[in-house]
Amino acid sequence: MSEYQKLIDGARGAAESSQNADELALARSKFLGKKSLLSDAKKGLGKLEEVERAAAGKELNEVLNLIEEVFEQREAALQEEAWNLQFESERLDLSERLETLRRGHLHLITQARDHLEDVFVGMGFTVAEGPEVETAWYNFEALNIPDWHPARGNFDTIFVNLGSPEEVMLRSHTSPVQVRTMENHQPPIYVVAPGRTFRTDSADATHLPAFNQIEGLVVDKGITMGDLAGTIDSFVQAFFGSEVKSRLRPSYFPFTEPSAEFDISRPDGSWLELGGCGMVHPNVLSNCGIDPEEWQGFAFGFGIDRLVAMRFQLDDIRELVVNDARFLRQF
Amino acid sequence: MKVLLSWLKEFAPEIEGDPISLGERLSHLGLAVEEMSVLGEGLDGVVVGRILDLRPHPDAERIQLVDVDLGDGNATQICCGAFNMQVGDHVPVATIGSVLPDGLEISQRKLRGQLSNGMCCSPAELGLGDDHDGIMILPEDSDATSPGAPITEALGMQRDILWDLEVNANRPDAMSVSGVARDLAASLGIPFGYPEYEFVEGSTRLSDLSSVEIIDPTLCGRFAVRAALGVSIGESPRWMQNRLISLGMRPINNVVDVSNYVMLELGQPNHTYDLAKVPEGHLAIRRASEGEAITTLDGEERSLITEDGVIANIRGEAIGIAGVMGGLSTEISTSTTDVLVEVAWWDPPSISRTVKRLNLMSEASMRFRRGADYGDNIERALGRIGNLLTDGGAQIASGIEQDTGDLPSRESIKVRASKINGLLGVDLSAKDMKSHLESIGFEVSVKKGDLSVTIPTWRWDTITETDISEEVARMYGYENIRRSVPKGTAPGALTQYQKNRRRVREILVGAACDETMPMPFLAPGDLRSAGLAEEAISLTNPLVHEESLLRTSLLPGQLKVIAFNQSHRVEDLRFFEIGHVFLASSDGVLPDEREHLSVALVDVHVSEMVDLLYVLGNELALPNLQLASDELPGMHPGRAAEILVAGQSCGVIGEVDPRVLMSYGVNGRVSWLELNLGKVLSGPLGKKSYRSVSKYPSSDVDLAFDVPESVSSASILGCLRKAGSDLLQQVKLFDAYSGDAIEEGHRSLAYRLRFQADDRTLTDDEVAALRLKCIQLVEKKTEARLRL
Repeated sequence: MSEYQKLIDGARGAAESSQNADELALARSKFLGKKSLLSDAKKGLGKLEEVERAAAGKELNEVLNLIEEVFEQREAALQEEAWNLQFESERLDLSERLETLRRGHLHLITQARDHLEDVFVGMGFTVAEGPEVETAWYNFEALNIPDWHPARGNFDTIFVNLGSPEEVMLRSHTSPVQVRTMENHQPPIYVVAPGRTFRTDSADATHLPAFNQIEGLVVDKGITMGDLAGTIDSFVQAFFGSEVKSRLRPSYFPFTEPSAEFDISRPDGSWLELGGCGMVHPNVLSNCGIDPEEWQGFAFGFGIDRLVAMRFQLDDIRELVVNDARFLRQF
Repeated sequence: MKVLLSWLKEFAPEIEGDPISLGERLSHLGLAVEEMSVLGEGLDGVVVGRILDLRPHPDAERIQLVDVDLGDGNATQICCGAFNMQVGDHVPVATIGSVLPDGLEISQRKLRGQLSNGMCCSPAELGLGDDHDGIMILPEDSDATSPGAPITEALGMQRDILWDLEVNANRPDAMSVSGVARDLAASLGIPFGYPEYEFVEGSTRLSDLSSVEIIDPTLCGRFAVRAALGVSIGESPRWMQNRLISLGMRPINNVVDVSNYVMLELGQPNHTYDLAKVPEGHLAIRRASEGEAITTLDGEERSLITEDGVIANIRGEAIGIAGVMGGLSTEISTSTTDVLVEVAWWDPPSISRTVKRLNLMSEASMRFRRGADYGDNIERALGRIGNLLTDGGAQIASGIEQDTGDLPSRESIKVRASKINGLLGVDLSAKDMKSHLESIGFEVSVKKGDLSVTIPTWRWDTITETDISEEVARMYGYENIRRSVPKGTAPGALTQYQKNRRRVREILVGAACDETMPMPFLAPGDLRSAGLAEEAISLTNPLVHEESLLRTSLLPGQLKVIAFNQSHRVEDLRFFEIGHVFLASSDGVLPDEREHLSVALVDVHVSEMVDLLYVLGNELALPNLQLASDELPGMHPGRAAEILVAGQSCGVIGEVDPRVLMSYGVNGRVSWLELNLGKVLSGPLGKKSYRSVSKYPSSDVDLAFDVPESVSSASILGCLRKAGSDLLQQVKLFDAYSGDAIEEGHRSLAYRLRFQADDRTLTDDEVAALRLKCIQLVEKKTEARLRL
């Protein structure tokens, strides 16, 4: 066995017996350091004849590389071992959730309202808003409902102690926003007005004194009842799904003429009444400073709470105002 | 309005079709079917029984034993819980094996040891109206009521369809069986007509008995009377009672029943007077005098105002409130023999106002308010009443007495076919429109493609071209209108305000807050308990006392929500709300209504709320967001600040006063933020602009100050930022400490400052100079001192 082979075997043994990086470094310097045999051998090369030097240098280099490799391999193995130890010690059960992070929840009404707004914005509408306390002019008179009109009784209005008796009220529908929009903008008008509305309905499983509606208004040249039916149909398909159909039935609202209820189809083939609609009454247009001979329009409206109750099969609509976090966090 | 198929057929005999599709057709005419029921079914096996004996049940007080003869002459024993019958009465008996309309199956059974072989029935159990009070006692006036006869024969009941229709306020005509029949016949394309109501007038002339006079023509358009003499008050015939019951009215006597029957049939409300109690049979129509008193049929004494209309007698005493309710003094009684019948047309707004003021809704006033028929139907109704009372044995005095006042105009109106087509989006010829309109009684002539339309007297609410368009659409069929979409739609979008409001919601949801939406009503005392000013706008007609005020702050509502959730042991409560508050305003009649944002975090350090505010401020680029510590209503005196945006007060932040929490039953601590969102989002918002990120190394400097309580961290930060100028790239409070080694009433605040230039590496000397400048400015402007 040559001297070199002995060294190589020795290095291998020293590397294998090193149990950590420090021991390995020590062993390495013993074989490859400045005071090692190989280092001396390197220095001794200079003393050799030129002819011998080349061969001896080559052999020495091979040995050096081999030993270098031995230590590198051992170093990698030790590192791997260290990682494995760390990994083992750090093993965690990820199902131990502490639930320190959670996201909050938008109220169901907001979610529905946003969804409705998005559908209508996609159809070219903007979103208008108005005050919740209104005057009789905006809530009734401008909408062609004079003080004696039997339809006023249908609104079950909550009045507010401001102004003269029954002059100021909590709006009983979102239609006042129509009036405000038309007073402030000349056509073309394409708006929806979502918002809170109020009636003297005692709270029960299907009624709330404060609830939400969304109202649509279009005023433009040559708007027809066909456009109304088509717009309702587009909305119904966009919101409920393309398989859902809509239909209009004659009805009556003082602020539209002709007036209609609109129904949507249910999977069992029956119809569900969703809201009211119609062509804006010429008196309403005139009341808002719009010439009914030049412009025509339609309006429609429906309740958001009922829609939400239907969609999520709420058996008690009062959940929507109780604000039990266990309810709010479900959606 | 309820209608019976058999009754409709008296006006349109050719009505055919299955009840479901007829109901659909009614719905498509605007007479939505709310309920449909089949009458006279499920009565097989119900027969007439004659009561032979009544005796107490030996072991049950509330049950008696009844022996009935069911036609075989034998006594059949039945146990019965009602006690309103007598021996000899004829009653309906459901025999063993029969199934009643409500699904009840009759079998032989034992009640406390006694055999019951059937059931004696109340009207409701037979599907006849709502009367559950006692067993139905049958009249004995015909062979049909002999024992064993089928009950359907005894009651003259036929299989019939009953529809309950929703009739809109613009359809006074459809508040009658004949009016519904007119619409349905037109829709089916079959004839409609009124039967001839025949009767013979007696020799007594009405003009010798009665006279009428309209004093106020604006109140009453027509007032007409007839008289029936020699009436004997009793029960009306069974068929009439059946129909009244089916349509939801309770039979009373043969005069009142005729009155109601004709109202339901022809839509013409009418009123009956005991002629003997009307001096000289004279009736005058005028407005009431202020405070005039009258006792109405219901026994109530009512005080009138000058807007109300009255019918007065010759002595000037009010004996009825026009179109609303008759007076007690002339009521039909069992001793009445001569009856005066009034049919009138009242001004709808006048009737409406009185009904509303007196809160006196009735079948009659409901029709008058919508506008009853002011045409020939008045004579027709008087004729029908005469016809029905004659059948009851009365003599009709000859002639009608009447007067007229102001009636709606019957001039024809011009209707442009092009306008109707343009409004509906259809392409009908004037001739098509004419035939649609004529089918429901409009008189139409066509000239040069346009229509000249005379509106029938039973459509008071129909006045304009647009009103006519609805009639055309209705008869053409809404379902036949071709659907289109508006052509001129521009792109839609949310406003910046609406987008920002959604952003606020998203941020708060991201901060683990749940959105609440309590109702905006408060109870008296809620604001005081919340430590807030008590003035609030009140409701005139609140549903309950606890909901009689409009909120001026979102705090009370949110505290109630927290208390509710805590009482249900819900944890980790973090809520926000965006809603309106209502403040008194001196500007105009409406309140100062604002959109507020509130956030409530339960049991967290208030600094988290401040962080949340600054997250919102940064996201929305609120200009110059600052806090000004202050004592604020409802808030912890030492832990509250006013929120300033661009130097203007926009809300409050801090901890809720623990005393307030206690009065709301809230446990722990609540951090609170309430922001005038409307103001903040409507005001000018800063812009987010690009600033290049420096490529040069930065240097950090830590400075700890000894800070008396009177000095805010914000003021120190202000000094540091000012002194550090553009080179101070970032500054952060990283430690706040009080206790050992710090003077009482002071705290230590430590800041980490990061200096960095955009164009070079700062030298140690430059950083040292900056550090010194920062310390000097803080010490100069505040009482904070660098800790050494």
